[in-house]
Amino acid sequence: MKEQDSISGRREFLKTSGAMAAGVVTGFPAIISGQTVTNAIKVGLVGAGGRGTGAAAQALTADDYAELWAVADIDQSRIDASLATLAKQKIASQLKVDKANQYLGLDAYQKVIDSGVDIVILTTPPGFRPVHLAACIDANKHVFCEKPISTDAPGVRSVLATTEKARAKNLSLVSGFCWRYNDAIVDSFKHVHDGSIGHLVAYYANYFTTPVKPMPPESTRPAGMSDTEWQIRNWYNFVWLCGDSIVEQAVHSVDKVAWAMNDEPPVSCTAVGGREIPAEGGNIYDHFSVNYLYPNGFRAFVSNRQSVGCYNENADYIMGSEGACILVGARPPRVEGKNPWTWSGVKYDMYQREHDVLFASIRKHQPINNGKRMATSTLLAMMGRMAAYTGQQITWEQAMNSQESLVPEHLDWNGSLPVAPRAKPGVTKFS
Amino acid sequence: MRKIMSWVASGCLLAAASYAKKIDFRRDIAPVLEEHCVECHFPGTTSSGTQLKDRKELLAGGSVVPGKPNDSFFYNSMVDGWMPPAGKLVEVQLALIFDWIAQGAPWPEGIVLKRPEKKEQAAAAPSVELDNVRRIREIIVAKKTAAKGAYHVTIPNTTVAYDMTPIPAGEFLMGSSQKPDELPQHHVRVDAFWMQTHEVTWDEYHLFMFAEQANEKAGQDKTVDAISRPTHPYVEMSFGMGIEGFPAISMTQHGANKYAEWLSAKTGEFYRLPTEAEWEYACKAGGKPSAPLADTAWYAANSTGKYQKVETKKPNAFGLFDMLGNVSEWTLDQLAPYSAASQDNPWVAPKKAYPIAVRGGNWNDPPENVTCEVRLGSDASWKEQDPQLPKSIWYETDAPWLGFRLVRPVKLPSAEEMYRYWNNGVEHDEQ
Repeated sequence: MKEQDSISGRREFLKTSGAMAAGVVTGFPAIISGQTVTNAIKVGLVGAGGRGTGAAAQALTADDYAELWAVADIDQSRIDASLATLAKQKIASQLKVDKANQYLGLDAYQKVIDSGVDIVILTTPPGFRPVHLAACIDANKHVFCEKPISTDAPGVRSVLATTEKARAKNLSLVSGFCWRYNDAIVDSFKHVHDGSIGHLVAYYANYFTTPVKPMPPESTRPAGMSDTEWQIRNWYNFVWLCGDSIVEQAVHSVDKVAWAMNDEPPVSCTAVGGREIPAEGGNIYDHFSVNYLYPNGFRAFVSNRQSVGCYNENADYIMGSEGACILVGARPPRVEGKNPWTWSGVKYDMYQREHDVLFASIRKHQPINNGKRMATSTLLAMMGRMAAYTGQQITWEQAMNSQESLVPEHLDWNGSLPVAPRAKPGVTKFS
Repeated sequence: MRKIMSWVASGCLLAAASYAKKIDFRRDIAPVLEEHCVECHFPGTTSSGTQLKDRKELLAGGSVVPGKPNDSFFYNSMVDGWMPPAGKLVEVQLALIFDWIAQGAPWPEGIVLKRPEKKEQAAAAPSVELDNVRRIREIIVAKKTAAKGAYHVTIPNTTVAYDMTPIPAGEFLMGSSQKPDELPQHHVRVDAFWMQTHEVTWDEYHLFMFAEQANEKAGQDKTVDAISRPTHPYVEMSFGMGIEGFPAISMTQHGANKYAEWLSAKTGEFYRLPTEAEWEYACKAGGKPSAPLADTAWYAANSTGKYQKVETKKPNAFGLFDMLGNVSEWTLDQLAPYSAASQDNPWVAPKKAYPIAVRGGNWNDPPENVTCEVRLGSDASWKEQDPQLPKSIWYETDAPWLGFRLVRPVKLPSAEEMYRYWNNGVEHDEQ
């Protein structure tokens, strides 16, 4: 299940590619359009919030000949704000978004895909991701796909199928599980895998923070705003859109558990979870604690909480028979025990690395595909949610075959959309 | 929870008699809307939601419920800091909006809001903020603190305290012959000041980050309310290195400046960051440090990979602790080459976001970076782990070794000078 990324310095490569004469296109994938004169790679952005704007800046920084060509969102003011922010960055000259290539609404993603772009950045709420990703690959687009990649198991299965299509088409698919592109964390997992801490015993990770995007009260809903729009504007508070906090945020910790286990699946998990702060019309929990069982008896414990006035920490403690590898926030990762080690080196922006790798893969025609592991890491977090919501032990096979479909098949921008009640352990049934 | 706290806060505002004046839309509300809102919320700029054309159009959007500010999304989104996206309004402005809606949201016919023109950087101080600085100065003048020598300060309404060490006026040789940016050595004279004996701790900085921990209630002290304060971070910023008695870290220079303004308003003593010259003069303390580095400083060789409690090593000849090592310290200056000329009280006011000068080395540094002369320039990479654009103006997510301490000049500056010290004007990253 291990996937190889060719993490290579973009600058060395671009020195050569940038120097190429205008007419030289031999060796470039036929899939890149519009490069005949300018060598341009056209980028489409689907979801122009803070993360999407950040990702767009990184895409344009990754390749001197990348151009932002089209943008989709549900709100013109977000597109305006995003473009205004990008216009203040070094990459301002690479902004080529005509008014005609700014699209609004639930089908705007397809218009971006059809606008003649080469790469699509998917940074909407994750509930939309499986459909957006499938449309990109169908249309032969390379993709940067922000985490998580779905909010339900049918979506995970869809992404796994799309991943294989992308592979067959030699398209690059880079995921936003950013720690896999962080030099210090990459080095740390080398130590974990090379036996520096002996054989692995247990993994404890926490993600204790303040609330991310709290739900406003229903009384603040503007007159005439449909359920669909209201929920999308407050997407973090709805399971179908966000997947709940363990899938949307603590999935970073879960992804590192998967990394430690070489992306092999667990046997099963149990979990507790609930909500302390009133939900105000949303249906997500604000805390989870999941206990994963792996085939060799290895245990992984992942806890998250979004609260105020409580002890906060975001750390990973990977425990082995001869030591521990400890990853805490922005501090240098370290190994304690028999083979002590502390990471040192010059840091490189992991978000930038994601795009450097993506663009270099396209330029070199050496496609990268993170699809499988981004899908299985998302499912691993989702499995914890399923166990917490139902109060049952959930096996990997159950999770993978779950029939529970959370995302409405036909979404009407002006339509009504009842909110499912918040899950009750022992009452809510697994499906 | 953040939501709940803001209801409490607004409830207090309602009860506060000091704000209960009759709102004049043109005088009180229009300037706030023009500066912060109309750029996006104006006919033709946004596809949906609040339109600031006239009262009828505004009410049609549904976000303002006349007479009921707490039921108005317009007000709640501002209290929660989602709007305006560029940064939360100060308490005085929030109180005006609250009172305006409470008084039925009057908007006389015929008043049309102006859209803002592009503002020049380093524009004149906004009058509302400068007025507040003038009030702070009046408090300081009225208090007439006549401290001589070392003294002890307890932050009002709390049990948190710090010490002030007197630093006599004097002349010294700034720079060294060791590194290019420490050249040329030149004579500098500085006026007398007090300096905080230890680096600002979390005990102190948390009072500024979380008003409720400082036992502050909105509406009680309008001068303090008017000072902008940090947004709540999504992760806990001590990264598990300790809180009580440990130095505060990872704040921007803007954060440190606003802390100085807040502390001045609270204590009635004028505080600001030290200039590079004041910092180096205080560090050298009249001569070369004679004690071995390990006796006076926490640095890479003895820190065990984290910051340590303040005042746990020996002080320098002035009685200042941890000038070298533990956490690096913000200064007021843009990092700029030295000139050979002698200077009195030099200060290079920042004109761009990077680099701003940081001094003293830290727990993660080798000994050659832990000297009184070493100069470090701030960098955009210190915000790398913030995945959004625009990035936070309050946190350096990747600088868990960066803190500060304040000085109190003996000579009290004018209100305009105070404003310049507390507002670097370059808090928003623009490259």
